[in-house]
Amino acid sequence: MRRAFALVLILTLAAGPAAAATPTPPDDAAIVHALARLGFGPRPGDVERAKAMGLATWIERQLAPERLDDRAAQQALAALPTLTMSLADLRRAYPRPSERQKTNDPQMVPGEMLRRPLEQRPFRIVAEMQAARLVRAIESERQLEEVMVDFWFNHFNVFAGKGEVKWYLPSYEREVIRPHALGKFGDLLRGTATHPAMLFYLDNWLSARPDFTIPLGRNRGKKAGLNENYARELMELHTLGVDGGYTQKDVTEVARAFTGWTIDRPREDARFVFRPLVHDNGEKTVLGTRLAAGGGREDGERVLALLLRHPSTAKFVATKLVRRFVADDPPPALVERVAATFRATDGDVKAMLRTLVAAPEFWAPDARRAKIKKPFEFVASAVRAVDGHVDAKAAFLLARAAAEMGEGLYIATPPTGHPDRAEAWVNAGTLLARMNFALALTQRRVPGVTLDLAPLTVERASPEATLDRLLATLLHGEASAQTRAVLAAQLEHPEIRRQTPDDRGPANTDVAKLAALVIGSPEFQRR
Amino acid sequence: MLTRRALLKGGACALAAVAAPPRFLARAAAATDARKKVLVAVFQRGAVDGLSMIVPHADRDYAAARGSIAIRPPRAGDAGAALDLDGFFGAHPALAPLLPLWQSRALAVVHACGSPDATRSHFDAQDYMESGTPGVKSTPDGWLARAASNLPATRSPFRAVALGPTLPRALRGDAGAISVASLERFDVRSVAEAAVARKGFESLYEQGVKDLLHGTGRETFEAVRMLKSANAARLSPANGAAYPRSRLGDALRQIAQLVRSDVGLEIGFADADGWDTHVGQGAEQGQLANRLGDLAYALAAFAQDLGDRMADVVVLTMSEFGRTVAENGNRGTDHGHATAMLVFGGGVRGGKVYGRWPGLARERLFEGRDLAVTTDFRALFSEVAGRQLGIAKPASLFPGWTGGPALGLMS
Repeated sequence: MRRAFALVLILTLAAGPAAAATPTPPDDAAIVHALARLGFGPRPGDVERAKAMGLATWIERQLAPERLDDRAAQQALAALPTLTMSLADLRRAYPRPSERQKTNDPQMVPGEMLRRPLEQRPFRIVAEMQAARLVRAIESERQLEEVMVDFWFNHFNVFAGKGEVKWYLPSYEREVIRPHALGKFGDLLRGTATHPAMLFYLDNWLSARPDFTIPLGRNRGKKAGLNENYARELMELHTLGVDGGYTQKDVTEVARAFTGWTIDRPREDARFVFRPLVHDNGEKTVLGTRLAAGGGREDGERVLALLLRHPSTAKFVATKLVRRFVADDPPPALVERVAATFRATDGDVKAMLRTLVAAPEFWAPDARRAKIKKPFEFVASAVRAVDGHVDAKAAFLLARAAAEMGEGLYIATPPTGHPDRAEAWVNAGTLLARMNFALALTQRRVPGVTLDLAPLTVERASPEATLDRLLATLLHGEASAQTRAVLAAQLEHPEIRRQTPDDRGPANTDVAKLAALVIGSPEFQRR
Repeated sequence: MLTRRALLKGGACALAAVAAPPRFLARAAAATDARKKVLVAVFQRGAVDGLSMIVPHADRDYAAARGSIAIRPPRAGDAGAALDLDGFFGAHPALAPLLPLWQSRALAVVHACGSPDATRSHFDAQDYMESGTPGVKSTPDGWLARAASNLPATRSPFRAVALGPTLPRALRGDAGAISVASLERFDVRSVAEAAVARKGFESLYEQGVKDLLHGTGRETFEAVRMLKSANAARLSPANGAAYPRSRLGDALRQIAQLVRSDVGLEIGFADADGWDTHVGQGAEQGQLANRLGDLAYALAAFAQDLGDRMADVVVLTMSEFGRTVAENGNRGTDHGHATAMLVFGGGVRGGKVYGRWPGLARERLFEGRDLAVTTDFRALFSEVAGRQLGIAKPASLFPGWTGGPALGLMS
């Protein structure tokens, strides 16, 4: 049986690179699984659409997002102007309070910032980024790309609350993370290494050869020196993993290699620049490889190349991908296969994703609904499940809801980003927040979210039929017997089964509350 | 690992449901849980610079090693300098709000404290300190969860509580610890018929599979009911205590509410972050001073709020490691090794800096750069938790560790 299944997979793979391997024929549960794992969950009708085009085709389309018409999402995003602004323009439009006070505006007084409307404060940039992520997760056809943007952003996390980072943030995601989300890992690595957001967040922009003396400016004559922050996280979190085989000595040597990788005019247009004067040009040994003296900027490039080729990097990235797409505790055999793809394709993200969806482990029944949705995933999937649509204003509120459940986008302080394991997200406070969000959503207390619960109500039918419809739409028939029984009992409750003056019979069942219960149910917390 | 834990958690709850009287009686049971001994842990995430927090001003290598971030040694009439503690150590001037606790011998310091593991990774070091097993990543639960499991059975869902949106590693496990972001908002909120909605959600998590999700759901609703009856969220700070408006201030204010409302709290947990001062750390004033000021004001307000009730409470601060002895190239510090931890409350033999001082001379430093660890954090944690919570063999909270010499800081 298992062998036959594997054989089908191999045959499907052999059909050519254009066909993604899926169980043949995929049942509805497999389609639901794919839509929940490779996207932010199905909308009503999505399963049928994917079935009609074929699941393999749906996956292939997701792997080529640039060909998907995405007008609806683009339209909603147009209300968020900071997304497309250049770094220099953002600086001008959202100056920091101290800079604003230096202007000649006589109206400016200390404390003025606090009285400024929210939309003129620098944090507006972060709020728009958060809203954009919700808009895209909910509205975009390019679901897998959005999943990967979230994945890579957490992998290469920067914290918007640190210093200048918030001004660098739109450019960081737009120019580094998003274009390579389905591209090459090496491009992500090099892109982040040279972007002001990362240079600032992990302090490399200030790192200088030991005993460097600042030659000019405000700090003229002061000593600067080595800062290990980026070097360490580069190996621990971006490439090798903490057990990937590096030492404290390697951290120091890598830090030396990256001296001089800094930011030109950090408070204006903030561009990457290599400053030879600041660079430690001595010989270095990194992971046993000697970098000859006088390497200049090449030192850092060579370190990145070394790390990219290191087997620990392939394994570390593969482990994280399998954890995201398959299970909290990744099956080692699959990790090895994804790592092999990484090594064979020079870290091609699409190729690794193909290995993943070709894996029996991905489709295995015990992998289904095995992952707890992160708050961001939960919020987006809930809105999609009730066929909700959002404008930018609603998206701000939805981002805040996710933050209340513990996942504030772009404001994860540590370089690890937001975690991707159940234990991090399942606890009393956040569970209540999820239930309360379900109620607020279905009771239309999130302004700007339009949703249509009418199709869920079965006119003139029995409440039981309504329940069937609800469970089919929101949980695709995957409700446990217990959940079904609890909801059926709710139907008997007089306050759920409202009798109003224009009573039209049992069809009057309070669908909103029932839908809230389903969205707050244990089953809906999983994907 | 997850499966086992989830099973245990679901299983334990299911057993309790069979063995225990109906849950609404939990309220009555809680009344007898009044005046529990309480341990409050404050985690300074990001690695606090112990050498600036508790300054070894009389160490002759201190000033030279620290350059521009060195704290001025205590001097009569210099209020901005380190506040002398014992002639050798001084507190950072921003810790002034804690000085009365020191003077009344309620506050003790343990210096050169840390992990035997050499990692300088925040993530790993926090993991090790919270699991209580340095160097071992597979430990499924946290040391405070194990401490909670060691306590005599109570039915209070508030036995172990973390203030914040997520449950810290230290409290993950089978002890039924809960996280609460805000006591005020800790309920099902609905425009109408909130009770119906609450009952509906509650039944969804009441039965069914024994997994992490269901177990957590059950704990949640027990806690919601109890909190409503105890009215904890309505208690205003007592004795004129003024908490800083910060994450830590909010957390400690709410932990005090739980203590004062006698809901059976025995272990409280709060996070304080912002200690990763790689750049522009500052000296007497600046970035680190601001963070220390927040810490000190929040802790002092907590002590004031609880008043006499502090006799039942001990607060323990911790941080995953310390920072480099030498100032780095950006007037900050990089990841180091040992740091300082604070303990105060009832039963603490305070007014003393505990631990052997390893010195800051280059040859005495760990790996030639960091303050060496002379007190294993497990020795401190086991002594404080053991005495405060009445745990007979506190070393057993730390698997693989056989215990060490007592510091003697708890009476």
